[in-house]
Amino acid sequence: MSRSAIGYIALVAFGLIAPFFIYPVLVMKVLCFALFACAFNLLLGYTGLLSFGHAVFLGTAGYVTGHALKVWEVPTLVGLLAGTGAAAVMGWVIGSLAIRRQGIYFAMVTLALAQMVFFYFLQAPFTGGEDGLQGVPRGTLFGFDLADDMNLYYLVLAIFAASFWLIQRTIHSPFGQILKAIRENEPRAISLGYDVAKYKLLAFVLSAGLAGLAGATKTLVFKFATLSDAHWHTSGEVVLMTLLGGMGTVFGPLVGATVIVTLQNELADKVGSLVTVIMGAIFVICVLAFRRGIVGESLALYRRMIGQKP
Amino acid sequence: MKQKILVGLTAMALATLGTQGAFAQAAKAKTGKLSGDMVKVAVMNDMAGVYADIGGPGSVEAAKMAVADFGGKMFGKPIEVVFADHQNKPDVGASKAREWFDVQGVDMIVDVPTSSVAIAIAKVANEKKRVYMNTGAATKALTNEECTPYTVHYAYDTYALANGTGKAIVQTGGKTWFFLTADYAFGHALEADTAAVVKASGGEVKGAVRHPLSASDFSSFLLQAQASKAQIIGLANAGGDTINSVKAANEFGLTKTQTLAGLLMFISDVHSLGLKTAQGMMLTDAWYWDTNEETRKFGRRFFDKMKRMPSFDQAAVYSATLTYLKAVQEAGTDDADAVMKVLKKTKINDVFTKGGYVRADGRMVHDMYLMQVKKPEDSKYPWDYYQLKKVIPAEEAFQPLALSTCPMLKKK
Amino acid sequence: MSEIFGIPIQAFMGQLMLGLVNGSFYAMLSLGLAVIFGMLNIINFAHGALYMVGAFMAWLGLTYLDLGYWQALVLAPLCVGVFGVLIERTMLQWLYKLDHLYGLLLTFGLALVLEGLFINIFGVSGQPYSIPDEFSGAFNLGFMFLPKYRAWVIVSSLVVCFATWYVIEKTRLGAYLRAATENPKLTQAFGINVPLMVMLTYGFGAALAGFAGVLAAPAIQVSPLMGSNLIIVVFAVVVIGGMGSILGSILTGIGLGVIEGLTKVFYAEASSTVVFIIMAIVLMIRPAGLFGKEK
Repeated sequence: MSRSAIGYIALVAFGLIAPFFIYPVLVMKVLCFALFACAFNLLLGYTGLLSFGHAVFLGTAGYVTGHALKVWEVPTLVGLLAGTGAAAVMGWVIGSLAIRRQGIYFAMVTLALAQMVFFYFLQAPFTGGEDGLQGVPRGTLFGFDLADDMNLYYLVLAIFAASFWLIQRTIHSPFGQILKAIRENEPRAISLGYDVAKYKLLAFVLSAGLAGLAGATKTLVFKFATLSDAHWHTSGEVVLMTLLGGMGTVFGPLVGATVIVTLQNELADKVGSLVTVIMGAIFVICVLAFRRGIVGESLALYRRMIGQKP
Repeated sequence: MKQKILVGLTAMALATLGTQGAFAQAAKAKTGKLSGDMVKVAVMNDMAGVYADIGGPGSVEAAKMAVADFGGKMFGKPIEVVFADHQNKPDVGASKAREWFDVQGVDMIVDVPTSSVAIAIAKVANEKKRVYMNTGAATKALTNEECTPYTVHYAYDTYALANGTGKAIVQTGGKTWFFLTADYAFGHALEADTAAVVKASGGEVKGAVRHPLSASDFSSFLLQAQASKAQIIGLANAGGDTINSVKAANEFGLTKTQTLAGLLMFISDVHSLGLKTAQGMMLTDAWYWDTNEETRKFGRRFFDKMKRMPSFDQAAVYSATLTYLKAVQEAGTDDADAVMKVLKKTKINDVFTKGGYVRADGRMVHDMYLMQVKKPEDSKYPWDYYQLKKVIPAEEAFQPLALSTCPMLKKK
Repeated sequence: MSEIFGIPIQAFMGQLMLGLVNGSFYAMLSLGLAVIFGMLNIINFAHGALYMVGAFMAWLGLTYLDLGYWQALVLAPLCVGVFGVLIERTMLQWLYKLDHLYGLLLTFGLALVLEGLFINIFGVSGQPYSIPDEFSGAFNLGFMFLPKYRAWVIVSSLVVCFATWYVIEKTRLGAYLRAATENPKLTQAFGINVPLMVMLTYGFGAALAGFAGVLAAPAIQVSPLMGSNLIIVVFAVVVIGGMGSILGSILTGIGLGVIEGLTKVFYAEASSTVVFIIMAIVLMIRPAGLFGKEK
């Protein structure tokens, strides 16, 4: 227990000082995607549901928050909540349809429904089509001007930390245990008398809402919301982040998101056109040789090491 | 910290910008202030996605050619070209641009196709007060509601394409129109702008059909276009959608009785379709390599390096980079405000345009060309694709300044 | 002139024919997915990419080896099939004992790699492949001019689809296959080489995708992204049909192609979403799919 406490404290400390030596916008981007991946992990890693349309929640919240802040000129906090709420509602609609099927079908259904929503965003006037919703004001919070990157950074860090805590609490709660039971053996969970559909839906809505919070925050960071957030490529990316970091691990998604976002940023001016190939290759390698992801494999290695000594 | 201009202004008065190659550096300012002791030009575009053939690595090469033609040095200090692939993701583009400005001391960003990324970068450049010369994006928002004091929209926009194609075709006899429109904001804007021009020039719009983005099959939409019996079928779509519409139109024999007009079509599209399929199409181009001796010379130089002829975007990247460097030299500094001041009052004369100029809203205004794709038997050599139908003079080609919704204009 | 729902009957019939053409592609692709799924329990996300590779094989054959359309129609699916076998042997076979989701993830990664590589080599705008001379021109059906090539697409894909159905449902080989699907261990015990059948099944599914790619090459631009746009719709088709039955996936593919075609006439704006809407409705009424068996 104390070892993990030290880990958390070190992480928080790192988070607090990171923007002084790493570019703050990049760190904020990493945090947004990390939150997105953590929310996704709640579904894939702990409930065993592979959604291939999670980008839609990121995109929906981004657009709603952007629209609320820019057109309705609501306070920043209200904008964030509106986006998160919209994503949760969207999660409820898509989730109630998708949980009617299991396994691979579930993945295909979420992908297809997400594609439908993407087409809606493409055509809807309020999204600005392929121009995107641009120039979203960041506003102020408790008297702090969020236009300043540093102020915003600490807000983003706080949002991430709070959501991360919420996810941990969920996983370790009785609710989280039931989710794991469903992941391990759904028929048994049913026979134990649990209303599996209800739990799955609840997990889906929670995951969608948190993914939405990530999208809303991202809009605040970049001051725009665009179609690429809702595109199925982004859905694929979040799967990759979770897989690479280690699904079903606490820190996996954070590590995965950090690696992928940094990689995208660094590769942009080096290999240019090979980015997609590299992403795909990472996918293949992960599935074939590295299924527990960076965190999962390291943990296994660590356990083997201490397991051998005594 | 940026410093104000102190030196080098005296030489400015002498200068009308010389032509490329024989650029007389000695006659100009020899000293000036440069941030970071160098000029850094950054090319940002799509290296592997849908716009890679229009800009891509070719744009980077074009920018390097411009630097070489300028002489490779500014006030004795180096000029560097860097590049990045925005992967058509606005967040990747915007964070790269911020990093470039804040950490790497980039002075100017050029190219940037994909509307959403283009506008996002315009905002960043405005915030950081650096020059931004967009050649790759089609959205007219860059010089309208999203205009900034630091944006120059260099090559083309949807208004120019719609206006040029619509007006010029009606004038050459294509009176009745039917539109095949991509069903999202870009397609709608292109259709609306063209339809307005067609009507204003005395033509008639018989109807339109909307198709979804990246439709798998265009035949049923084309049957509806065929049934309209319109002379001209305006393709208000782009990329793969345009290419597949043209292919299907051929297969269903539309091209025997009707003429296709590509409202956003690049030479790379024609190249990939092949003349057999594309022949007879009308389209508006901002620049064509086989126009005169100067453009041919540039085209061949480019071809030697990239094994394909430059698109107008790549030529525009060359021209924009060169124009920027000349402006820095004339201003005696790479301070964005000073450079923009020079840019907005200097005529541009190079391989891309003769007498082009940058307007108050950031629009670079120059001649556009209505082209018709040649028949295979008329094409004498590789990349001999277009027959010039009409030069659209600069003043007619672009959206009049009076119609621009750019907020900067109202302040004055 | 008579009309149906305010649309001239000519236009209606014309769109019906075109819907049939698209439906043939959906049918071939969803059939391939169903065959692979039945045997390997894997959803082949790389199916769209294999379809694209098939089209490129045809183009490469024509450009560099001077192989005509007919040779391509035989050789390209063979190449894609062999490629599929290689994928199965080197990668997929290690995943059978794991959760089925890993197969989906692996093939998704493969699709990205294939698309990325082809973009790097051939660019995005794609390559032209002209219609073979035998099929230039059109039939006058009275209500429309149907280009001969489109007619050929309908005929050939129907033949291939029903041949597949026949082999699986009516022959000895098919019986082994069905047995291996139902109970691999028992089938193995009867002396049938199940791993070999699994390998050949994936190869065959891939070859079907390659065949569809060659058929598509003259009709649409041969471009690296041609598969990824299609595959999501095909997934929806598969969900609607349910993958339990071979015939079901063929019929659903054709049917949805026709429905989509008609939507283009009545309300073109919805033609990209109609398949997804039908999917949502089917999920509400009959979650296992039209032809699916609830497991």
